[in-house]
Amino acid sequence: MSEAAHGGAQGAAPELQHHFESLSAQKEASSLGMWIFLVTEVLFFGGMFTAYVVYRSNNRAAFEGASNLLDIRLGAFNTAVLILSSLTMALAVWAASRGKKNLIVLFLASTLLLGSVFLGVKVVEYSQKFEHHEVPGPHFIVPHGLPRQSEMFFSLYFCMTGLHALHMIIGIGLLAWLIAKARRGAFTVRYSTPVEMVGLYWHFVDIVWIFLFPLLYLLGRHTL
Amino acid sequence: MSRNGSHGHPTPGAYVGIFTALMLLTALTVWAAFQHLGIWNTPVALAIAVAKALLVALIFMHLRYSPRLTGIVVTASVLWLAILIVITASDYLTRSWLPIYGR
Repeated sequence: MSEAAHGGAQGAAPELQHHFESLSAQKEASSLGMWIFLVTEVLFFGGMFTAYVVYRSNNRAAFEGASNLLDIRLGAFNTAVLILSSLTMALAVWAASRGKKNLIVLFLASTLLLGSVFLGVKVVEYSQKFEHHEVPGPHFIVPHGLPRQSEMFFSLYFCMTGLHALHMIIGIGLLAWLIAKARRGAFTVRYSTPVEMVGLYWHFVDIVWIFLFPLLYLLGRHTL
Repeated sequence: MSRNGSHGHPTPGAYVGIFTALMLLTALTVWAAFQHLGIWNTPVALAIAVAKALLVALIFMHLRYSPRLTGIVVTASVLWLAILIVITASDYLTRSWLPIYGR
């Protein structure tokens, strides 16, 4: 069956898949599918947050002490960088809905750059942890004055921030793909769904960090 | 509430406003972490994080301007997460309440 036969009220549009009535129906389906994927992501990270709840409630002193060994300035800086990248992502989606090609590329590139800065800071933080023997495993040395269970805090720190960083790396790959598409003029007023979907993903990864920052970096700061 | 297209979506100025609010809330959560709030340090930190997450979801992710079905999907995810955490906690966090061998 030809696409033209299903063009509907929108007329013949190359972006419109033949099994959708209209572009708006197609966009709603994409959006709902992306949100359902994000639900699975909530539970993916949720398993780790649950482990965090269990271990922290049983090892309060170890978690508060070990949290103080994280660099609060780098953590807060990265939080600001990620929030700024969410702003540029939101502006990229806005520019895409207006079909402003140069602005789409500019905002997507800014988001990609900020995401890279975040990962760069994470590399600095991780390497400091390796130098100080605070990475769980055979080379772990229990920090002075802290309970043995502080190793559990660092296990969760590396699992949670590591999974988050993996999502950032995937997001940066998606942004690079979008920039290439945008430069070819693939996004117009009528069709910019990929930009919107990657935007949803990027903001979700930002929300995960919004919870990770206080739960990992800010424990027991008032006890110093 | 608008269901379609770009109509009713926030303007760039509104996005910058939300960004400013998110930065202020980040500063607030860092400040609050250094205050002696007793058992309230973590609840305050989580409340601020939830407020920030809501701003991102409702405005940046256009949840406020999306069909109701999307809202139901998101609410379901929060419910399932709550079930996961609450039922797990009802076991692990209450073991010390009873003098049972092997807890």
